[in-house]
Amino acid sequence: MEFRSRDLSDRPQVLKIRNLKVGLSGRPDAAPVLDGIDIDIRAGETHCLVGESGSGKSVTSLAVMGLLPKDALEVTGGIIDLEGFEITAASHAQMRDLRARRIAMIFQEPMTALNPVLRVGEQIEEVLNMHTDLSAAEAKARTLDIMEQVHLPDVQRIYQAFPHQLSGGQRQRIMIAMALVLDPDLLIADEPTTALDVTTQLQILKLIEEMQERHGTAVLFITHDMGVVAEIADTVSVMQKGRIVERAPIRELLTAPREDYTRKLLTAVPNLAPRPARAMPADTPVLDVARLEMTYGGGGWFRPSEGVRAARDVTFAIRPGRTLGIVGESGSGKSTVARCIMRLIDPTGGEVRVAGTEISRLSRSRLRPHRKHLQIVFQDPYRSLNPRWTVARSLCEGPINFGTPRAEAMARAAELMELVDLPRDALDRYPHQFSGGQRQRIAIARAVAMKPDLLVADEAVSALDVSVQAQVLDLLDDVQARFGIAMLFITHDLRVAAQICDEVVVMQKGEVVEQGAAADVLSRPRHEYTRSLIEAAPGRHWDFANFRALEGAPRHQGATA
Amino acid sequence: MTEIPTSRASAFHVLTGLFALPAGARIGAGPTIAALVLVAIVLSALLAPLYVPYDPLAMNAMARLRPPSEEFLLGTDPYGRDIFSRVMTGGRVSLLIGIGAAAVSVAVGLMIGLVAGFFRTADGVIMRIMDSLMAIPAILLAIALVALNGPSLGSVIVAITVPEVPRVVRLVRSVVLSAREEPYVEAAIALGSSMPKILIQHLMPNTLAPLIVQGTYICASAILIEAILSFLGAGVSTEIPTWGNIMAEGRSYFQIKPGLIFWPGLLLSLCILCINLLGDTARDLLDPRMKKREG
Repeated sequence: MEFRSRDLSDRPQVLKIRNLKVGLSGRPDAAPVLDGIDIDIRAGETHCLVGESGSGKSVTSLAVMGLLPKDALEVTGGIIDLEGFEITAASHAQMRDLRARRIAMIFQEPMTALNPVLRVGEQIEEVLNMHTDLSAAEAKARTLDIMEQVHLPDVQRIYQAFPHQLSGGQRQRIMIAMALVLDPDLLIADEPTTALDVTTQLQILKLIEEMQERHGTAVLFITHDMGVVAEIADTVSVMQKGRIVERAPIRELLTAPREDYTRKLLTAVPNLAPRPARAMPADTPVLDVARLEMTYGGGGWFRPSEGVRAARDVTFAIRPGRTLGIVGESGSGKSTVARCIMRLIDPTGGEVRVAGTEISRLSRSRLRPHRKHLQIVFQDPYRSLNPRWTVARSLCEGPINFGTPRAEAMARAAELMELVDLPRDALDRYPHQFSGGQRQRIAIARAVAMKPDLLVADEAVSALDVSVQAQVLDLLDDVQARFGIAMLFITHDLRVAAQICDEVVVMQKGEVVEQGAAADVLSRPRHEYTRSLIEAAPGRHWDFANFRALEGAPRHQGATA
Repeated sequence: MTEIPTSRASAFHVLTGLFALPAGARIGAGPTIAALVLVAIVLSALLAPLYVPYDPLAMNAMARLRPPSEEFLLGTDPYGRDIFSRVMTGGRVSLLIGIGAAAVSVAVGLMIGLVAGFFRTADGVIMRIMDSLMAIPAILLAIALVALNGPSLGSVIVAITVPEVPRVVRLVRSVVLSAREEPYVEAAIALGSSMPKILIQHLMPNTLAPLIVQGTYICASAILIEAILSFLGAGVSTEIPTWGNIMAEGRSYFQIKPGLIFWPGLLLSLCILCINLLGDTARDLLDPRMKKREG
C-alpha cells in the first residue's frame, strides 16, 4: 500500500500547539480534559488526530477554532500559535476575523451545519460578504468558481438549491467550498466523512486532497477510522484520555507502533480478508426468506402513486450456527429487510419462514408466540435500552412475557450478565451508568435471554469504537458458538462483514445484486457495485492488526483477530 | 471492561431524579416566593372551617354591609354574612375545582392520548374528535355543559375538563409518536410484550414530565374558568361560596362595598400567578430544550 511520504520540512509551519491544557471551567481541581497537547502542522501537510470517543480530539479542534463552550471548558495553559498569531489570547473580534480567513472547519453532519432555509449558494456568498469587500457580482462569480472547484455538477442549478435538495456528499462538498472560499491556511476537518457512505467518503477524501494540493492548505483531520488515516495522513497523533500518546509519520505508525495503546488500537481494526467459513450444517434453515418485498406508500385515493420499493425479490436462507451478512450503502434497503423479518414493519409481499412457520402475514396476536424465535440488537446502544428501567428489568422483560416465573428470570439474568462479561451486581443499575459498549452487551444479553434461533444484528457495532467493536464482535461469535444461533448481520462496513460473515448478500437500491459465500463475494466480486464498494473501503490494502500490507488480493483464509 | 460507577440507583432515586435539578441549575427567588405564597393560600383555605369566626352562610339582617371592624374583619355583605369567612371558605371549593379539573383532564387525556399516539388506525378518528372539541370556545362549551347537567360541583368540574382534554391528548400523542420510534420500544415488541404493557410501562413514563407542567396550567385556568362561570351565573350554586360567585354577588354592590370583589379577586389572581410561575419553572427544569444555550 502506498502511503503519503512527502518531505515537507522546508514548508512554513502553520500551526504550532505547545503544552495545551483545557480544563472544566471553575473546577481547577478536576481532571484536565486536555493535558499537554503538542501538535505541529506545516503548509500542505495532513495531520490526523485519531483516538476513541472521549479522547479529546474534538475539544482540540474547538480550542484551535476558539469555539470552546463557555461556562464548560476553558484553556488553562499552553499556546496555540497560528503563523505567529496567539489564539488562546485573542479577543472575540480577532477570532471572528480569523475564522474563515485563516482557519476553516468542516463538520461531521453537513445537514445540521447548513442553514436549511437558505439557498446553498447564498450561504457560501455570505462568507465572502462578511469578510471581503467584493461587489455582489464578484462574490457570485467567486462562489460559482469554488463550487466548480469542488466538482459540483451543474453549479448554476445547485447555487439555487436548498440543502435538503442535495445528497449527503453534495452537502459536504458545499461545506468544503464554504470552508475554502477564502483560501484559509488551516482546514480543520472533524470526522467529515463519518456520516457518508464509503463510495462518497472516497470521493470526499480525494476532493480534500486535491483542494489541499491546489491551495497548499494545512489540514488537521480528526477521525476514528484507521482506514481513512492510512489513506490520507502524512503524520498522525494518537490521542487517549486527553493526551497524545504517540506521534509519528504514517508509515512508521502503521508498521512499527511504539506504544501499547496504538498497538491495541491497530490490532482491533478489522481487515477485508474474509474469515474461514463455518461448516455448513445439514439442518434445515432457521430463516428462509423468499421473494420478500416491501413497498412504502403507494395507493392514495385520488392519485394512485407508485410508492417506494425499499426491497424487492430478496431471497436467502440461514442455517443454525451460521452468519449471513447484508451489506450495502444507506438507502439500499438492508434495514428494511431486517425490520420485515422482525415484523416491526409488515412486508408487502413474499415469505418469511422462521423455524418452519410462515410469519410474514400472521396477525399481531398470532405472531406473539413466535417472537421468541427471533431477536434483534439495534445500532444505537444509548437508545435501545429503556433509560428508566434497571438492567435486571430489561433482561427479565422477555422471559416474563413468555411465562417464566420472576425468580427464575432473575437468576437467568444474572447468568447472562456473566456471559456478556459484566458483573452480576450491575443488574440493579440503570443504562446511563454504563458505557456504550457495555450497553450493547446488555442489549445482546436481553436478546439471548429469549433463547432465540435467529439473532438479527442491525448495524450492531457501527456506533462503537474499534476496540469495543472488536470485543462485541467476539462476544457475538462466542454467543453464536455456544447456543448455535443463526445470525443475520446488517452492516455498511465490508471490513466488519468480512470478519464475521459466512455468507454475504449485497444490496443496492432495494435489490440484491450479488450473494454467495463471503470469501467469494469479497475476494472475487462479480457485480460492478460490489467491486466499487470494496475499492472504496479505506485502507483496504493494509492489514492493520499485523502491521503489514495485505498480500495481493484479499486472502481466502486467516486473519481473524 | 467492568469499570462502572458504583453509585446504586433505587426506584426512589429515579423518582427524585425526575424532579432533581440539572447540574448548575438554580431556582431563583421568584419561584420560591410563589411556592410559599401558594402553600399559605392552600393551607388557609383547607383549614378555613377551623378558624373562621362565622358560618359563611349564616345571614344576619342586623349587620348588613358593615365596614371592616374588629367584629367583622373585612366587613359584611348585603345579607350580613361575614366576608372574611366567606372568602376563606370559598377558596376551598375554587382550589378543589382547580385540582380536580387538572387531575381528571390529565388522566382522561393521558389514556386517550396514549391510544391515539400508538395505534395508527385510532389516531385519525380520535384526533378529529379532539379537533372539533377545540374548535368550540372553551367557555361556551363549559356553559353549555353546565346548563345541560345542572350547577353541581361535579358538573362544573366536568364542564371545565372537557375543553381541556384535547390539549392534553395532543401533548401526550406527540410525546408517544416520537417515543414509539425509540429502539427500546421496538425491542419490547420483539420481546413479545403486549400492547397495554408497552403503552403503560415503556411509553407512559415519557409523558409524565410534560404532563406535570401542563397540569399546573390547567389547574390555574380551571380556577379562572370556574370564577367566570360563577360570575356568569352558570357555576356552582350560591349555597356553596366560591371566589367566583362571591364576586358575582358583589357585582351590584361594587360602589358601596368594593371589598366583595377585591378580596376574592386578590386571592384568585395571587393563586393563579403563583401556579403559573411554578409551572414555568417546572417546564424550564423538565424540558431540556428550554435550557439556556450560550452562544
